[in-house]
Amino acid sequence: MDTPVFPAHNYLSNGHGLKSWLLTKDHKRIAVLYLISISAFFFLGGLFAVGIRLELTTPQGDLFQPDTYNKFFTLHGIIMVFFFLIPSVPAVLGNFLIPPMIGAKDLAFPRINLLSWYLYVIGGVFTLFAIIAGGVDTGWTFYTPYSATSSNSNVAPVALGVFIAGFSSILTGLNFIVTVHRMRAPGLHWFKLPLFVWAHYATSLIQVLGTPVVAITIVMLFTERAFGFAIFDPQRGGDPVLFQHLFWFYSHPAVYIMILPALGVISELVSTFSRKRIFGYSFVAFSSLAIAIFGFIVWAHHMFVAGISVYSAMVFSFLSFSVAIPSAVKVFNWAATMHRGSISFETPMLYVYGFFGLFLIGGLTGLFLATLGTDIHLHDTYFVVAHFHYIMVGGAIMGYLGGLHFWWPKIFGRMYSEFWSRISAILVFAGFNLTFFPQFLLGYMGMPRRYHMYPDEFQVLNVLSSAGASILGLGYLLPAIYFAYSLKYGEVAGNNPWGASGLEWRTQSPPLTENFVEVPTDIPEAYEYTPKVVREAKLV
Amino acid sequence: MSDAHVHAAAHPLADGHGLAADHGHAHHPALQHHFETMSQQREAGVLGMWVFLLTEVLFFGGLFFAYTLYRSWYFDAFAAASKSIEILPGLINTVVLIASSLTMALSVRASQTNQRKATVNWLLATIVLGTVFLGIKVYEYADKFAHHHVPGASFQFAHVPGPGEAHEEPAAVGHVTTMGPDELERTTQLFFSLYFVMTGLHALHMIVGIVILFIITWMAHKGRFDSEWHAPVEMTGLYWHFVDIVWIFLFPLLYLVERHN
Repeated sequence: MDTPVFPAHNYLSNGHGLKSWLLTKDHKRIAVLYLISISAFFFLGGLFAVGIRLELTTPQGDLFQPDTYNKFFTLHGIIMVFFFLIPSVPAVLGNFLIPPMIGAKDLAFPRINLLSWYLYVIGGVFTLFAIIAGGVDTGWTFYTPYSATSSNSNVAPVALGVFIAGFSSILTGLNFIVTVHRMRAPGLHWFKLPLFVWAHYATSLIQVLGTPVVAITIVMLFTERAFGFAIFDPQRGGDPVLFQHLFWFYSHPAVYIMILPALGVISELVSTFSRKRIFGYSFVAFSSLAIAIFGFIVWAHHMFVAGISVYSAMVFSFLSFSVAIPSAVKVFNWAATMHRGSISFETPMLYVYGFFGLFLIGGLTGLFLATLGTDIHLHDTYFVVAHFHYIMVGGAIMGYLGGLHFWWPKIFGRMYSEFWSRISAILVFAGFNLTFFPQFLLGYMGMPRRYHMYPDEFQVLNVLSSAGASILGLGYLLPAIYFAYSLKYGEVAGNNPWGASGLEWRTQSPPLTENFVEVPTDIPEAYEYTPKVVREAKLV
Repeated sequence: MSDAHVHAAAHPLADGHGLAADHGHAHHPALQHHFETMSQQREAGVLGMWVFLLTEVLFFGGLFFAYTLYRSWYFDAFAAASKSIEILPGLINTVVLIASSLTMALSVRASQTNQRKATVNWLLATIVLGTVFLGIKVYEYADKFAHHHVPGASFQFAHVPGPGEAHEEPAAVGHVTTMGPDELERTTQLFFSLYFVMTGLHALHMIVGIVILFIITWMAHKGRFDSEWHAPVEMTGLYWHFVDIVWIFLFPLLYLVERHN
């Protein structure tokens, strides 16, 4: 076998200097810009999590003042949700991979793509300004009337930052929708698309339909705070519950903005590392759309104790259960794909296993919370915190990291250390469970979220959780080191180090600025892993 | 969902062109490098614009939702507040805006038929009409400030009975008023808050639209558009009509509540 050579001409070598990056219209370079900026925000959000877990190692509030603690969990939430999780998979992996996956030279609107990154950065700057100016303490949900009239912290700049970052998300979604409709290579019809693309298409629909609603909600909150308008203010007849309806109309589907692209990544990885065509392709494809649609009609399950009517609560409870169906369709199809597949255990696949465990627990505990009776007991406890971390961190970040490990050789053309990356995958899985599983127990026993103190009997579980968080933190730091190391010293990857079947593996790594020398015209079925294809791929 | 087949047929690569070697025939100067044909570029732009307008519908939708809720809760306050607004400026603005949609449509038509001069003139007419709208809006806002109808600390609202309802008992108006003057003053703030947010965002969209119109007019003046490439005019038109339609909803909802009494 020939040793692959690092291609001299690629998108990274096409233009040097800061200007060539900051004014680029290449979707791949914009993806790298996103990778750098969301990693910075992930680190910052992680620092706030460190503060939270340190404070909670003891029952007394001995590290922070109560209002400092409030700012810590607020900023942790805002940064992780709006500046890391929502852009993570779509803005980095989706941006980089959708054009080559569909045989296109770029997204439909390259300038809008760059604009979306700038909007993200400007939104981030507003948020950073608010942090420096003293932080914000409303919780990431900005509930009124506290956020509108009572809070003395920097609600307005953060709200503005989230508003602007929202438009970055809208523009990414818009770009993907048009790209998938209009930029596919000749002969690449919808049912030959990788499921990664289907998942991003469904995600984009949510971004486009949901984000404007939270944007206008933030505008209304902003006018109340800045000009003294009356929209949610109960003293003037306004309804704070209306704010919650509007907020969750976006923010519940936003959970699917975070998880759907990760589900798309998992479909790619399961098929590649089982050397088998995905089982039930069209079911997996349509389950993404089903999740996107169901996601829009379940929002009020966040408000079962907010005084909504019992009848609407029953309807929303029932509808919330229905999200389990398309989610289960995916999990069963992945399991069926692996059945009698030729499974291997490279790092990306380790993340898939981790994902299965965490997504399963996160999804099933969601059913507890969708059930009216149990939700009354569990509402606003650590059970909820544990549940959404299992989905958003255990699900979305496992998918993101798995995808990053899978496509890293494509993005930068070099391999990372397989040994260290396996260690980190295991650390992340173990650390994650140790951090968040005790929180299910704490919540069940009645520990409420968002308090800096707790009764003594909760200390053992809290210490376990903090210990797990330090392992998890180490698991997240390791990739930063070996990925950085691989950029210079990593083995040259070659076009297709995993023997994968997607179109993106047919071009060089890192790809040319135009992605392909010639747009591929012989489009195979998606996930074509016949024995012959596998043999030939291994020879390459 | 079978659009790939449609442009697959018209795809230059389908008849064997390579990426590097397809500069044998002249491209339209407006064709961007990542599109294969002008029609693909145009279709992408138009679809993108429609998706954008969809996001705008949902953006304003949140406001309409809040309006609907509060109007059903505090109908008397909404009726009283709405009646305090002068109809005439709003009516003139409605006519002005519909006229501007006509001039916009005519400029799109002119650009499609290679009439450069007419395109520019109709675009300029649209800009003028849009500016008239904003001017009248400024007058209306000033009026609200003068009457302390801006929500906040200095807000005042005294229910002045209209000619038809003077000295009548509330029950005779058609439905029972249960609100005292204090509650009316508090809850009319909801109406005026929504009035300012809705018309304010609408005006902001007009301002953005006028800026875009100036750019498009300049491009039309420079002869950038022809029958093959006029997508920017077309898409600006879509945007302008959308902003117009928002006003068509805002006018009756804000100006015409309970006017028949």
